[in-house]
Amino acid sequence: MTAPTDADVVPVTVNGVEVEANAGELLIDACERNGVYIPRFCHHPRMKPVGMCRMCLVEVDAGRGASLQPSCMLPCTPGMIVDTESDLTKKAQDGVLEFLLINHPLDCPVCDKGGECPLQDQTMAYGPGESRFVEEKRHYEKPIPISDTVYLDRERCILCDRCTRFASEVAGDPLIHFQDRGSQTQVNTFPDEPFASYFSGNTVQICPVGALTAKPYRFKARPWDLEEVDSTFPNPMGDRVNVQSSRDRVLRIQGVDSDATNWGWLTDRDRFSFEALSHDQRLVTPLVRGDSLGNATDDGDELVATSWAVAVERAASAITASLEAGGAESIGVIGGANLTTEAQYVWAKLAKGVIGTDNVDAQLGDGLPAQVVTALPRNTISDAMAPGSAVVLLVDDPKEQFGTLFLRLRHAAVEGDITIVELSPIASGLGSLVTVGAHARPGDVGAVARAIVDGRTDVEVGGVEPAELQAAAAALAARAVTVIVGRPSVAEQAGPIIDAIAAFTELESVSFLPLLRRGNISGALDMGLTPGMLPGRTTLAEGGEWYRAAWGTVPADSGLDTAGMLEAAVDGSLTTLVLLGADPLADFPDADLASRGLAACRTVIAVDIFASSSVANADVVLPAAGFAEGAGTHTNLEGRLSPLMQKVNPPGTARADWLIAAELAWALRADLGIESPESAWAEIERLAPSHAGATVEQVRAAHDGLVIPRPDDAGADRPAMVSFSAPVPTEIVPVDGYALRLVADRRLYDQGTIVQHCASMAHQSDLARISMHPLDAAALGVRDGDLVRVTSARASIELPARPDRCVPRGRAVIPLNRAGADVRALIDLATVVTDVRVATL
Amino acid sequence: MGVNSYLAHAPGYVDNEGPKIVTGRFVHEDSHTLARSLATGGYDGLKRALEQSPTSIHDIVRDATLLGRGGAGFPAGVKWGFCPPGVWPRYLVVNGDESEPGTYKDRLLMQRDPHQLIEGSLIACYALGLSQCFLYVRGEMALAQERIAIALNEAYDAGLVGTNILGTDLSVDIVLHWGAGAYIVGEETALIESLEGNRGMPRLKPPFFPAAIGLYGKPTIVNNVETLANLPWIINNGAAAYKAFGSETSPGTRMFAVSGHVKRPGVYEVEHGTTTFRELLYGDNYCQGIRAGHELKMFIPGGGSAPWFFPEQLDLPLEARPVGAAGSMLGSGAIVVMDETTDAVKACLRVVRFFARESCGKCTPCREGTSWEETILQRIHDGLGRPGDIDMLLDIADNISPGPYPTAADEANGLDAVPFPPKQTTICPLGPSSVAPITSAIRRFRHEFEAKITARELIPVEATGP
Ligand SMILES: Cc1cc2nc3c(=O)[nH]c(=O)nc-3n(C[C@H](O)[C@H](O)[C@H](O)COP(=O)(O)O)c2cc1C
Ligand code: SF4
Ligand code: SF4
Ligand code: FES
Repeated sequence: MTAPTDADVVPVTVNGVEVEANAGELLIDACERNGVYIPRFCHHPRMKPVGMCRMCLVEVDAGRGASLQPSCMLPCTPGMIVDTESDLTKKAQDGVLEFLLINHPLDCPVCDKGGECPLQDQTMAYGPGESRFVEEKRHYEKPIPISDTVYLDRERCILCDRCTRFASEVAGDPLIHFQDRGSQTQVNTFPDEPFASYFSGNTVQICPVGALTAKPYRFKARPWDLEEVDSTFPNPMGDRVNVQSSRDRVLRIQGVDSDATNWGWLTDRDRFSFEALSHDQRLVTPLVRGDSLGNATDDGDELVATSWAVAVERAASAITASLEAGGAESIGVIGGANLTTEAQYVWAKLAKGVIGTDNVDAQLGDGLPAQVVTALPRNTISDAMAPGSAVVLLVDDPKEQFGTLFLRLRHAAVEGDITIVELSPIASGLGSLVTVGAHARPGDVGAVARAIVDGRTDVEVGGVEPAELQAAAAALAARAVTVIVGRPSVAEQAGPIIDAIAAFTELESVSFLPLLRRGNISGALDMGLTPGMLPGRTTLAEGGEWYRAAWGTVPADSGLDTAGMLEAAVDGSLTTLVLLGADPLADFPDADLASRGLAACRTVIAVDIFASSSVANADVVLPAAGFAEGAGTHTNLEGRLSPLMQKVNPPGTARADWLIAAELAWALRADLGIESPESAWAEIERLAPSHAGATVEQVRAAHDGLVIPRPDDAGADRPAMVSFSAPVPTEIVPVDGYALRLVADRRLYDQGTIVQHCASMAHQSDLARISMHPLDAAALGVRDGDLVRVTSARASIELPARPDRCVPRGRAVIPLNRAGADVRALIDLATVVTDVRVATL
Repeated sequence: MGVNSYLAHAPGYVDNEGPKIVTGRFVHEDSHTLARSLATGGYDGLKRALEQSPTSIHDIVRDATLLGRGGAGFPAGVKWGFCPPGVWPRYLVVNGDESEPGTYKDRLLMQRDPHQLIEGSLIACYALGLSQCFLYVRGEMALAQERIAIALNEAYDAGLVGTNILGTDLSVDIVLHWGAGAYIVGEETALIESLEGNRGMPRLKPPFFPAAIGLYGKPTIVNNVETLANLPWIINNGAAAYKAFGSETSPGTRMFAVSGHVKRPGVYEVEHGTTTFRELLYGDNYCQGIRAGHELKMFIPGGGSAPWFFPEQLDLPLEARPVGAAGSMLGSGAIVVMDETTDAVKACLRVVRFFARESCGKCTPCREGTSWEETILQRIHDGLGRPGDIDMLLDIADNISPGPYPTAADEANGLDAVPFPPKQTTICPLGPSSVAPITSAIRRFRHEFEAKITARELIPVEATGP
């Protein structure tokens, strides 16, 4: 942002008072900034003006005499004279309101919107007292479902074009539209085509009346009964939200417009995820092994309810026993990426500073090493999408996994001058908005990136033709490049991705946005919930001494990652495993290793909100607080800190994760010295090199959060932060002409715990299917829907096939975590890539 | 010079006496064929144009003061000048969506002389450096569609359209587009939306006029069929010859479509500005008077959107300015004549109903207001009017078009004319158009409305005694 100059300021007279508008600013916004609110329905600051409702008409004289003008369409010009209170203005506003109301059903008493409805409010403020309309009102069938979650009541609709504009302009899913004309004009879907958009819930939020309602909230509360708090949704974007509850139950989540992140939008998966919070299968009490009579005995076969005292004592004695028998290395912690940043710190301190083990990993074989992620120079989302910049995508499809980032990218691609180069193995939901699709073959992306960076673009590399390589190089040339990097497929090791990162670091102007799975993964990596690292983006080697001074002890050597821990469990050297909201049985790419590892552990301690399959097999289960049930701080992919607020109490005796760590420490005869999230944060701010200067007060005060590290050098006396060093490149695996290379990716709706505990979403998870290019399918004699056998070096699975043009030749895509077939059976973590053969049955 | 009668092969057209600039070829039964066109000087204008520079063609058109015939009467030469320099590509869109109530002149031009329209379009494209032209023809006009399609094929085959037209550097493609039958798509920005494949709803202008930002976001000239049909003659004969006809501010001729209670309704090519309404409606060369035994009650001078005129306005010339000052407009050149047998309430209801049904639904006052007006008028007409209905109608109308609405002077009531155009709370002029018949009818014939309201026909209830 450049500072406004005099030329950017336009003097405008509003109701006799001269005010300053910004050049190009719409009159409606300029007036609002200067304290004069003009009523409106169709205007929405994140969408193009349409001037449809005519509610914002005001009398304007722009030099050619006063006339009524829609202030939402009118950019301010110097010397404009505006009267928002003239008789002409008032009559026009009265008239528009009357027109809007003549056919309105006035069923406010049974309308979800009643009490927070702009039409109601503006009628009170500006409208006529009585109706002159004596004719029969317009009638339509009362609400019709337009998607799985959204209902449309056309009688209430005031045709403001917000939902329809959102669908086509913002989401790119033009599935709802106006139909018919005159007073019969209505919003509707196309016949037999539901409004199947991942973002449909946003239309409910922006509808200025109760025409669009969402199933999870319908008839659940009246707005005046709701209590609300602004918070952050714990997804990698750190979407800002408003959490609303009534009678200690979260009933609605609305997006909050934050310039830095989500612009007010949310994906349906996040918006409606609160359904899971009050699910009756939530863990509400600690569980330990016991007998069928419910007695807590050490060797019982069943999980039985117990008190916190007993459960924590059990957990502590298991840890003590392992410590005595096998040392700190016989203990491991998996998970923690969904905790608050404070809780992550407390758990890191418990594991590394009290127990003394470095076997800690918040990622389950599907991420990137923290030493790489935390070392990369980062960018902000807004700067990454500034006009004239370039974005490289080397991640899961953002539309499927990081919806609000997808909307930001989409906006930048449609409206702004940015170039997007896609290196991910398959095309994303951005479709034709991508400037260059250089879809690298799994295993070869390092070579592809290298070729683009070095300008060696005359021969095909990694499945990318010279034309695409050249186009990619051209699209990045002379632009500030931001690489959005994650793990597009767990069937491809992290090595090739890191090689690609290494290549891109050589670009002249480059920064990164690490986009990894799981809500607060950035916080987890920053807090050292990962082998070899300590809180504040520093390594054991660099920061060991500093933390030893603060904590008393710190592991000497780097520990094991999740795969290492599971293997150590199998060979008996790791005997106690703590699962922090982790479900390796369902989530670790090698399901077989996960199940052998968990079975071999003497004690598995699970801290979770639901009894996932891994939790059901644990020995001690500690129920944790979920979203909105505890306070803390969230860290997003940019390193942006924003507050998570508590709105309701956890169910039963469930407790906040940081408190569980503190109690466990206490039972281990140690005092972590932490009494609250605030005291945890104070310690983070005091110790962590990357968090110097980011105080609780500052984080809470900033509307858009606070990006770390802070620009000042408050942390100069602290250990150095990790820096990036390129590893030895991963060998390229030769192509097997008879096989397809596997891509195992993720979709928005899957068998995940939260989705499956939300009534409105559970059924939206489709069956697993294998997709491949139509020509590959034809060569194999596979038609749409055919059941095929897919065989890797490790196993085979059977599932239906689908030819799909978006999949490049020679590749096969199977989504993870879908019912019907488990793609993980095919994947061998020890190989760089997985090749599969497909045969019809 | 014409023979002054209907032409059997051109239904609705009267071959009256007088200069023929756009309908000259209509006398030939095969006027729509390329052969007849070429035999009667067709494409000579294009050839002549190609011998001169594009700017000189633009200059000739500007000189000729060729006024747009689509409704607003804006000079074509001036509109053409609004194209921002250096922005390419640019497009020509031919507005053949003619659907203004009472208007049926473009249809005749398209059916009877499609080559003249093609030639005119090519001249415009040449003058402005446009490489693509879209001919948007109203959905219901099947014969016009067919004739234009055939003519285009002939012209392509003859090298008159397409690449290197007549062996020159000029290359223009003409795309024929069928509308789906919506009045609002005649409004130029709605037409552009529709061409782009969107729902035909007007865009708000300003900020952007099509000449600056139009089809696919590029500069776009939208001209009416008749406007373009004038170009071959103007290029062949020059601006001075054109200006020799008509008046100074309205040169040339203009097609008027007269319908209603006249002896000889039809389309006439009339000298602009010099002829009066009286001559057109009563003259032997034209409509030959009101049907026998009846007298004029009122007439709509410029299509359904125009405020009504009454016998007092008969001596106004057929010229945009005086008609505008007198409170109405020449609009699309459609004159609807009503004699004393016409029920003013019903006539008003009929026109309002048209606008209510054709509102695109985009802006609130038009979408809701026009159909509210219709239901009230229907109620009054059905004998169910209420005493306050008339004033309420006027007030609702005022919420669509605030302030005094254009209207003719009414000497009997001592009221002055309110000049055209009306103000609007809407996006496009369709909503305010619905107000024209209401204010016109109520101001002049309030007693007819009152009579219907007070003499409400009650539903007889049979009394059955105990
Ligand atoms: C509601 C409405 C309907 C219109 N319908 C037509 C039409 O059917 N044909 C037409 O040529 N112009 C129509 N117009 C005028 C066009 O918007 C436009 O001004 C015209 O096509 C420009 O051509 P011209 O400059 O050659 O007259 C309409 C305008 C409005 C507001
Ligand atoms: S449903 Fe709501 S958002 Fe959509 S057009 Fe109607 S009032 Fe506007
Ligand atoms: S005035 Fe009527 S036709 Fe014109 S844009 Fe508004 S709703 Fe559509
Ligand atoms: S808010 Fe301006 S027209 Fe709707």
